[in-house]
Amino acid sequence: MNQWKNFTKGFFKDNPVFVMLLGMCPTLGVTSSAVNGLGMGLATTFVLVMSNIVVALVKDFIPDKVRIPAFIVIIASFVTIVEMVMQAYIPALFEALGLFIPLIVVNCLVLGRAEAFASKNALGSSIVDGLGMGLGFSMALTMLGAIRELLGSGKIFGISLFAESYGMLIFVLAPGAFIALGYLTAFINKVRKA
Amino acid sequence: MGKKESTLPNMAITLIIITMIAGGSLGYIYKLTSGPIAVAKEQKQQEAIRLVVPEFDNNPTQEMYKIAADGGDSLNVFPAKKDGINVGVAIESVSHKGFSGDVKIMVGILPDGTISNYAVLEHKETPGLGTKMVTWFKPSDNAEAGASGNAFANWLFGIKSDTGGGNTSIVGVDPSETNLTVSKDGGDIDAITAATISSRAFLDAVQKAWATYNKNADAYSSATIKNNDAQEGGAQ
Repeated sequence: MNQWKNFTKGFFKDNPVFVMLLGMCPTLGVTSSAVNGLGMGLATTFVLVMSNIVVALVKDFIPDKVRIPAFIVIIASFVTIVEMVMQAYIPALFEALGLFIPLIVVNCLVLGRAEAFASKNALGSSIVDGLGMGLGFSMALTMLGAIRELLGSGKIFGISLFAESYGMLIFVLAPGAFIALGYLTAFINKVRKA
Repeated sequence: MGKKESTLPNMAITLIIITMIAGGSLGYIYKLTSGPIAVAKEQKQQEAIRLVVPEFDNNPTQEMYKIAADGGDSLNVFPAKKDGINVGVAIESVSHKGFSGDVKIMVGILPDGTISNYAVLEHKETPGLGTKMVTWFKPSDNAEAGASGNAFANWLFGIKSDTGGGNTSIVGVDPSETNLTVSKDGGDIDAITAATISSRAFLDAVQKAWATYNKNADAYSSATIKNNDAQEGGAQ
């Protein structure tokens, strides 16, 4: 498979959020600002790449019937590592994402890529796939976060564009996440098919 | 090389090996990061103390003591001293009246009983509403001293944030003269727009810190004097 195509499919053709609709929990939960979305996306990217590497390396040693529990243990280990490292060296980001870091374990995107891609492909392609999917996920979360932050509080990446009192508060709260995600998904799919 | 067959021993051995490797590496990473995590936590506490009381030269974390508050909580009190003289205390206070979960703050109280500053340590209030408490209750010209709602954004871009304006500041206020409740409840402080519950919780925590500290102020000042005597004695 063409590696470039393999890399870029995560951004548009098979975007995990807008096309595959995987990992909705962190998508809706943390995207109240663009920075949080970006941070969550990058943390997920790291876990995705690392678990894809390990799964691609050990896939021949794992009997088929226990592959899912084995993958989950591998993913959970990397998530815990991310959590501890983040808490130790970037406490500010840890505070902002907090609760959602352990939830990367149950992000079906990570298990989905391990199961559907890394367990069937070579190491190189798996790394590229993890990187592409992770960055596509980051891009989607950052876009969603930026839209919600702009409409909700008049800022993008914390930089004020208009007075906060003109913002529509609903976009900072959970219902706004669903509304923004719905319109964004519809828009991306319209463009994708055109 | 073919795929391993799914026989019982194969499956059991594979899972045992994977979990053992995972457990071992997690233990190793934990050992590596437990130090920095503790340092980061203490730094956050130290920073909060530094923010809420005047300059000091002792180690408030070491001299920390607990006093009991109404309602069964005990509050951590961090005395700040410069050259052995009491310049204020930082009190870690908590309110259980938050909109979702506890609100944990650090309040600085000067020796004359006025509030010097505050820092919000932990809360789970609604983003965009209750989260404004981080800067809302500070005087407008002092806003840069506090962090904005998103600590990570602050860290990344070095942003200063806004305050409410109007009668919202609790800094420099003496709670014995001012009614530290929201104006809706007949108090002197304007609540955060659309977040009255969060404002109530915040002011509750401040009030609790102040009341608890005052109740124990006598015991505290005598302890300070004793401490000063001991230090002077040592100097001579």
